Amino acid sequence: MSKGEIHVVHLYPREMSIYGDLGNTRTMTARLARHGYTPVLHQHHPGAAFPDQAHLVLGGGGQDSGQARVEADLEVIAPRLRSLAAAGTPMLMICGMYQLFGKAFVTVEGKRLPGLGILDVTTQGNPKRMIGPVVLSTDFGDVVGYENHSGSTTLGADQAAFGRVRSGFGNNGEDGSEGARTGNVFGTYLHGPILPANPVFADALLSYAVPLATGAPFEPGDLDDTFAEEARTRQVRRLVS
Amino acid sequence: MLRTSAAIAAGKLTRAVAKRRGGGSALPGLVAEKVDPKILGHALGGLPGGIVVVSGTNGKTTTTRMLVALLRAHGLSVFTNPTGSNFTRGVISALLGEVGLRGRPVADVAVLELDEAHALKFADAVTPTHALLLNVARDQLDRFAEIDHTAKLLAQLAARTSKGVVMNRDDSFVARSAEGVKTGVTIDYFGVDDSIAHRLPELMEQDTRVDDEYVVPPAGADDILLRPVDERSLEILVGPHGAGGIVGPVELKQRGLAAMINATAATAMARRLLGSRFDAATAANALATVTAPFGRGEVIDADGAPLELVLVKNPAGFTVALSTYGSTPVRTMIAINDNYADGRDVSWLYDVSFESLREVGVSLTSGVRAYDMALRLQYDEVPVADVEPDLESALDRFLRERDGQPARIFCTYTAMMTLRRRLAERYNLPAFGEEGS
Ligand SMILES: [Zn+2]
Repeated sequence: MSKGEIHVVHLYPREMSIYGDLGNTRTMTARLARHGYTPVLHQHHPGAAFPDQAHLVLGGGGQDSGQARVEADLEVIAPRLRSLAAAGTPMLMICGMYQLFGKAFVTVEGKRLPGLGILDVTTQGNPKRMIGPVVLSTDFGDVVGYENHSGSTTLGADQAAFGRVRSGFGNNGEDGSEGARTGNVFGTYLHGPILPANPVFADALLSYAVPLATGAPFEPGDLDDTFAEEARTRQVRRLVS
Repeated sequence: MLRTSAAIAAGKLTRAVAKRRGGGSALPGLVAEKVDPKILGHALGGLPGGIVVVSGTNGKTTTTRMLVALLRAHGLSVFTNPTGSNFTRGVISALLGEVGLRGRPVADVAVLELDEAHALKFADAVTPTHALLLNVARDQLDRFAEIDHTAKLLAQLAARTSKGVVMNRDDSFVARSAEGVKTGVTIDYFGVDDSIAHRLPELMEQDTRVDDEYVVPPAGADDILLRPVDERSLEILVGPHGAGGIVGPVELKQRGLAAMINATAATAMARRLLGSRFDAATAANALATVTAPFGRGEVIDADGAPLELVLVKNPAGFTVALSTYGSTPVRTMIAINDNYADGRDVSWLYDVSFESLREVGVSLTSGVRAYDMALRLQYDEVPVADVEPDLESALDRFLRERDGQPARIFCTYTAMMTLRRRLAERYNLPAFGEEGS
C-alpha cells in the first residue's frame, strides 16, 4: 500500500532544463516510488495554471532565450511560490532558476532585472564563464556536481549559503560560498545533475515534502545507493586531495 | 614565402619526430603555426577546386569521408584532414604530410572537417569557398556553452563563405544561416524526403528549441533529398520524387538514419562542386565503398564474432546510436571518460533515454565515470551486471564473458582511444591515424 501521494512540480521543463537537470525530476519521482510513496508529477509550462497541490518544486538552468520565455509566467505564479516557500515547501532551483529566485540580476550592460526575491541573492552578469566539476561541503555531507554559469552571485548579509566550496568556483569564485538556502528553499549552480549523485540531499528534500503531503514524518524505504555513493566519493577523492 | 618554408620545415621535422614516437596529430601543426600563423592561407589559397569546410555538431567525420570519396571517384585529387582531428592545427599537421617545401599542396580541392569554433578560426586565415553545414545539437564539450551560440558560429561561417553554401533544410538553426549568406553565393539544401520526415525528431533535441516557429518549406526542384529503402540502403533524390535525377539505390557500410543523411549532405556538396561532371552512377559506387570511420560503428572481428565500437559524444548522438542499434540488441558495455576531449561534464547522460537497453541490460560500465553511468542506468531501470572503472580490465572481461556472441561498446572519445589501442594489440588492427585516407 502506498504511504501517500506526493505532488512534484517541475517548473518549465522545456525552457529551463539544460545539462541534464531533467534528471533531478526523474530522481525524485523514482525515489518516492522506491520509498513506497506515489509520486504525482506536474510539468508547469508558461501560461498554464499552477497545480493546486505542490509538495516539492524543482527548476533548472536554461539558455538566455529560455529564461526570456519564462519571465512573464514567473511573475504570474510568484505569489503562489512565495506562499509555498513560506509554508516550508521544499524547492530546488538550479543555475538559471536559482538566479531568477534571487532579488535581482544585473546584466553586463548594467541593467537591473528584478527577480522573485525568495532568496536574498543578487547576480551580476559577466562575460567570463565559471565551468567545471565542484565539491561542496554542506549540511548533507560532501555534495558533488558540475557548474556552468556566467553570472556571479553574492549573498545578502543574512543569507545562508547552500555549501562551502571545496573544489570549484561556487557563487562567484571568490568568497567560497555556493548556492543559497532559506528555510527549505535551495538555490545552487550545481548541474550534474545534483540529485541522483547526492542521495542524502535528495532524501532530505523528500523528508520536508512528505509531512506537507501526508501529515506524517518521512518513512524512508531501504534503497540501494551503492552506485551513487561510489560515484560521489570517487569524485570527492579526485577533486579534493 | 621564406617564412612559410621555414614553418613547413619546422613542422615537418616535428611531424617526423612525433610519428616515430607514435604521438598526437596536432603537435606538428602547433609548431608550424607558431613559425608562420598564416601558413594555412599561403599553402591552401588558390586551389583550383576551392576549399570546402564541413561543419556542424554531429556527422562531420563520416560526411567528410563520403565527400572525399565522391570527389576522388570523379577524378579529383583531394586534400583532407583524415584523422578526424578537426582543429586548425590538425589541418596544418595534415597539410605538412602532403606539401613540398614550397608550400603548395598537390590537390585540386581541399575538404576539411572543422568544428564550429575552429571553422571560424580557420576562416580568419583562409576564406572557405564552400561550406557544408550539417546540424546544430548541444554538445557537452565545455567550449560551447549554449546551443544558441553554436548556431551563431555556423551562421558566421556561412556568411564568410565565398562561393557556395550547402545546408540542412530540416534543421531550423542551420537553415536560418541562409539569411547571412553574401549575395552571389549559391545556397543548396539537403534534407529528408516527406516519407521519413516523421523520424526527424530522433535526430534533434526538440526540448532546446521551444517556440521554434520554423516550418520546413516545401522541397525545391534542386533540393537533395534522402529516401531510405531499408535499414541500410537508400536513394538520393534531386528534387521531390527525384524529378531531377536519382542516385542509388546505394547500400552503405554504416547503418542508420544519421549515416544516410550524411551521405545525402555529401552528395549535395559533390554535385555543387562538380556541376555537370557529376555522375549519379559514379556517386552511388563511391558512397558504397566508404567504410565507417574509426569508432563510428566500426566492426571488429574479435575472435570470430563481431564487436562494434560506437563513439558517443552528446545526447543527440547517443540517442541516434541507441535507436540505430536498438533493433539488434546484443551484449553491451558503456565506457564513459570525462577528459577534455570527452567533455568534462557528464550531466548530458541524463538527456539520453536508455530504456531500449532495459531488456538485455548492460554487462559492464567502465571508464573514469563508470559509476555515474551505472547510476544513470539504474534510474532508467536498466540492469547493470557490473562496474569496472579500469578500461583495459573491463575490455578483457567483457570479451571473455561474451562467449563468442556479438557485442557492442558505446564509448566516449578518450575511452575509445584506450579501448581501440588494446583491441589493436589483441587483433592486429591498424592503429589510430594509420587507417589511410
Ligand atoms: Zn548552469
